[in-house]
Amino acid sequence: MTKLYKALTTVTLAGAIAALSAPAMARDTISIVGSSTVYPFATVVAERFGRNTDFATPKIESTGSGGGLKLFCQGVGTQHPDITNASRRMKKSEFDMCQANGVKEITEVRIGADGIVMANSKEAEKLDLSLKQIFLALAKDVPNPDGSNELVANPYMNWSEIDASLPNIAISVMGPPPTSGTRDAFVELAMESGCKQFPMIAQMEDEDEDKFKTVCHSMRDDGPFVEAGENDNLIVQRLAQDPETLGIFGYSFLMENTGQIQAATVNGVEPTPEAISSDQYPVARSLWFYVKKAHVGVVPGIQEYISEFTSEGTWGDNGYLVDVGLIPSPRNERMRIAKAVKELTLMTGNEL
Amino acid sequence: MTDQRSQAEIVRKSLKRRYRTERRFRLYGILAIFIALASLFILFADIISKGHTGFVKTTITLDVTLDSGMMYLDDPTDLDQWSSADFKAPIIAALQAQVPQAASAAEKRELGRFLGTFADSEIRDLLTKNPELLNTTQTIEFPTHDRVSVYVKHADNPQYSIKLSEQQQLWVDELLQKGIIDTSFNDVLFSRGDSREPANAGVLGAIVGSLLTMLVTLAISFPVGIAAAVYLEEFAPQNKLTDFIEVNINNLAAVPSIIFGLLGLAVFINLFGMPRSVPVVGGLVLALMTLPTIIISSRAAIKSVPPSIREAAEGVGASKMQVVLHHVVPLAMPGMLTGSIIGMAQALGETAPLLLIGMVAFIVDVPDGLFSSATVLPVQIYLWASSSEQGFVELASAAIMVLLTFMIIMNALAIWLRKRLERRW
Repeated sequence: MTKLYKALTTVTLAGAIAALSAPAMARDTISIVGSSTVYPFATVVAERFGRNTDFATPKIESTGSGGGLKLFCQGVGTQHPDITNASRRMKKSEFDMCQANGVKEITEVRIGADGIVMANSKEAEKLDLSLKQIFLALAKDVPNPDGSNELVANPYMNWSEIDASLPNIAISVMGPPPTSGTRDAFVELAMESGCKQFPMIAQMEDEDEDKFKTVCHSMRDDGPFVEAGENDNLIVQRLAQDPETLGIFGYSFLMENTGQIQAATVNGVEPTPEAISSDQYPVARSLWFYVKKAHVGVVPGIQEYISEFTSEGTWGDNGYLVDVGLIPSPRNERMRIAKAVKELTLMTGNEL
Repeated sequence: MTDQRSQAEIVRKSLKRRYRTERRFRLYGILAIFIALASLFILFADIISKGHTGFVKTTITLDVTLDSGMMYLDDPTDLDQWSSADFKAPIIAALQAQVPQAASAAEKRELGRFLGTFADSEIRDLLTKNPELLNTTQTIEFPTHDRVSVYVKHADNPQYSIKLSEQQQLWVDELLQKGIIDTSFNDVLFSRGDSREPANAGVLGAIVGSLLTMLVTLAISFPVGIAAAVYLEEFAPQNKLTDFIEVNINNLAAVPSIIFGLLGLAVFINLFGMPRSVPVVGGLVLALMTLPTIIISSRAAIKSVPPSIREAAEGVGASKMQVVLHHVVPLAMPGMLTGSIIGMAQALGETAPLLLIGMVAFIVDVPDGLFSSATVLPVQIYLWASSSEQGFVELASAAIMVLLTFMIIMNALAIWLRKRLERRW
């Protein structure tokens, strides 16, 4: 039995050594974190990049825009990610956090746009919503329906109560949670714009901006709006089962599931690639990624990866990202960004 | 006397009711088992009905003439030519030869859409390895695009939407008849890592990642768990400190797994500076998670060794350590192994703690060591289930079947070990 004893000690020791020898290892795989909206685009580029070059395929974690920027800004060194994807622009506070942690040199890349759609099952009636109606359906507090100048808790439970032109069904909308970039963008683009159309609230913007933000950015929590998690696929499945429910998600998911779901027009505009890239469709947002310049040349392949991402064959009008649902930026803007990427132009913080 | 008779009367009267309650009680039990079995059956039926097509792949087999003129590649050693060569042209030409009616440039492009994204990379890889094949004709099997695959496998399933135009559907039907497009066993599933294209995606990367992670978990939690259990059961003095440790171990077993992930992030990654997404960190975190399970089941196993064995050993002069190592631990080993295997099976199915240490990630390359980026099976299932491409629906279910197979093997091993090694007194 001494054998057993010996074996036991050896294994324990081996385990302990493996556990404690913290290797500050050089990394040869690019580490990317960030938005779940950019994830489908970044993974396609990364896989091609790994397949068609001698570099290892970059590793991509889907952490959400905020989570990604937090990891990205933690510091310089191979234990920190090299690139972070975001479905909204970096905030000034995040830029400052990066600076404070020594991540001073950052290159910003805008890769294109994505529309946010409100869709329902094809079996249901196709909706035509205005931003104002969206706000009234989903906000926590809305102007009193009797016309007086005060805010009341959202009383609308049926679409037809908001406007007679809308169907007489209960409001039931599934959307992303607050950690998601899709939610940030939806709140900013749809809710806030709808909210501003009420004179009393628009007035508030000048007087008390904090209060304005609270009113316009608060989603209702009394049932009609359901937070459905980051998994847009689950929302699509639920919509197909329940024709009375609407879902909020990115345009690429609509494109992949045109057999089952249809998008509502917003302010009369159908969410098509043309309408989204030309800003006619009101609920569209830009997609970004941020590169840590200090890691370029340390982790092999970063420069090559970002030039693959910003080549015409990738993000151009006929690039392969279009097949996955990216809506390209206009050509002159692409050219400008591609040049900035080549030179690794740094952010100053003033552009935010 | 009257008293006794009346008592017997009461018993006889209540007899019927008591039998009835007993029958009802048994019925509840049977009903519970029935519900459990039915939900298990529904789960399996759903997974298998969705997933069995995941084990089938759709391919296009073509005789491709690797014509140097068509590819703009006269000299394979010239790197400039190499990077600007058109490796897709010969494939489309070969495909067009099978569908001669598709003659216009637009129609050829449509045909090209039948192919998976990496068809041209396949030609390039082939020529890199065997430059002498230039200007020869080779029979090559390409994976089809997701759209074609969905049409071939699920044309009459309303849950899938067909994204081929009617023209394309006709061509696919024709190619199917000729046997150019065909379905066969999906070996890609077991020979590749993750991909964004269902036709190129496999679980090999995740299986290797799971094995590496489990290796670390086993190497740490098994010896530590057993040492802790032996000490607590055989050597620890009965005092407040021991009680305190015991209570804490029992509590630890009930701590949600995500907490262990947070701990791993704070200690292993932020404090020790270990890299994210590697099996070592994953294994360490899961080892912490399984430790309480192993300690508790090992202690139970040690407790069940009869005291007579210890007394007999001590009676012939064995030291305390000899008693433990020569008699108690070997006899308790079956129970300890069972507990460990069940703990490991739990760890194998865990995703939550791995989320925080970066193992929920898109990783294409199959991991080649404890310090290379890796993901695990349940994470792969999660990633596929949330992908938008339709082909991943069946792949996710197929991966679930692979994971369940591993689980069943591990649990069967636990039962077999117990049956085989168990001693009855």
